[in-house]
Amino acid sequence: MTQINVTVDGISYSDEVEPRTLLVHYLREWLGKTGTVVGCDTSNCGACTVHLDGRSVKSCTMLAVQADGHQVTTIEGLAENGQLHPMQQAFHETHALQCGFCTPGMIMQAIDLLKDNPDPSDDEVRLGLEGNLCRCTGYQNIVKAVQTAAKAGGAT
Amino acid sequence: MIPAKFDYHAPSTVDEALRLLSEAEDAKVLAGGQSLIPVLRLRLAAPEVIVDLGRIEELRGVREDGDALAVGAMTPHADMIADPLVREHAALVAEAAETIADPQVRHRGTFGGALVHADPAGDMPTTAVALGAEFLIAGTRGTRTVAAEDFFEDLFTTAVGEDELLTQVRIPKHTGWGSHYEKFVRVAQQWSIVAVAAALRIDGDSIAEARVALTNMGSTPVRATAVEQRLIGIAPVADAVREAVVDVAEGTHPPSDLNGDADYRRHLATVLTGRAVLAAAAG
Repeated sequence: MTQINVTVDGISYSDEVEPRTLLVHYLREWLGKTGTVVGCDTSNCGACTVHLDGRSVKSCTMLAVQADGHQVTTIEGLAENGQLHPMQQAFHETHALQCGFCTPGMIMQAIDLLKDNPDPSDDEVRLGLEGNLCRCTGYQNIVKAVQTAAKAGGAT
Repeated sequence: MIPAKFDYHAPSTVDEALRLLSEAEDAKVLAGGQSLIPVLRLRLAAPEVIVDLGRIEELRGVREDGDALAVGAMTPHADMIADPLVREHAALVAEAAETIADPQVRHRGTFGGALVHADPAGDMPTTAVALGAEFLIAGTRGTRTVAAEDFFEDLFTTAVGEDELLTQVRIPKHTGWGSHYEKFVRVAQQWSIVAVAAALRIDGDSIAEARVALTNMGSTPVRATAVEQRLIGIAPVADAVREAVVDVAEGTHPPSDLNGDADYRRHLATVLTGRAVLAAAAG
């Protein structure tokens, strides 16, 4: 077992984990942060996307021990004082989800995308979200949501 | 699935990492983990020891070193793409790095990790071969330098020994050169079916120097030296370039798989090389 100290959604945690524990399993099973989901076994789908020190990563393709000493933000850490994050609000308003399974990863990656490009075109949104798969084929409204959040501002 | 059990070490210096590697029987080096962790999860590999290089600060970053860029092996792809030195002196690498997988993978995956992984469909090895990079390999007996043409030995096999580490890649500056990485894929995130790296120095109206290398046209990157020679002195216009690159696939041994057979890849290589050279001349 290895000792790790990780800050997740603003709270510091100290835990003993097996080195083979994936970050996503640590978040879900140790901390109960089930908002971050596991979609695939191959690092393709992006459903497990979280932020590590402010940049998007796939938490199924990282070991929890690699997050030792770092800050993690999950979908559960976005809302403040009961107010949805502007990106969450935009997904809600533009109906950018059907089954909702890809949504946590889509939102985390969309926020990362706006950090690099605050006013992305249709194509730039699609390219920026290429690591996130939606099997309900809800891409049209997802693109709309990202652009709505970009226009509203404050979405990073 | 989760990986099989392993002992985990996260050294903070290269020397400590080398000592751990020399003592371990069955160790694997973890760089960014974007290839290794999926392999561990699928249990295609189950090493007894993992040596994580993520805590070794000296392995990160890009700096100028005379007529070359010295790139730390643990520099993430996203940092390579954003680095002004890479943009100015080795734009080909930044352009190709932008096509790797997806943004999340580019935040974690590293330049050195992609090189030592040496996937024949990987993009970074081709850029290193095209620009004639040198590889600094550290071992317990000291550091040696290996040229790009000797670094990639076979499928997933490089000159780096089991108790050695790639620490730095020296990329000769190609300041003012035009470059382009033309990658052929069918769907998002796909590995190159075939890709072509091209870098050109234009003098007046004609090509003065050229570097051309091919991805996934054999078990290692292929440097197209005959085509490079033929490009010198010609004007970078469509007809002349197409004629100069027509034999680019001669002597290559590309794979045949569900994405295409070897002849299809040879055809692709010819078409994509023409496009890559023309785009490099334009930019």
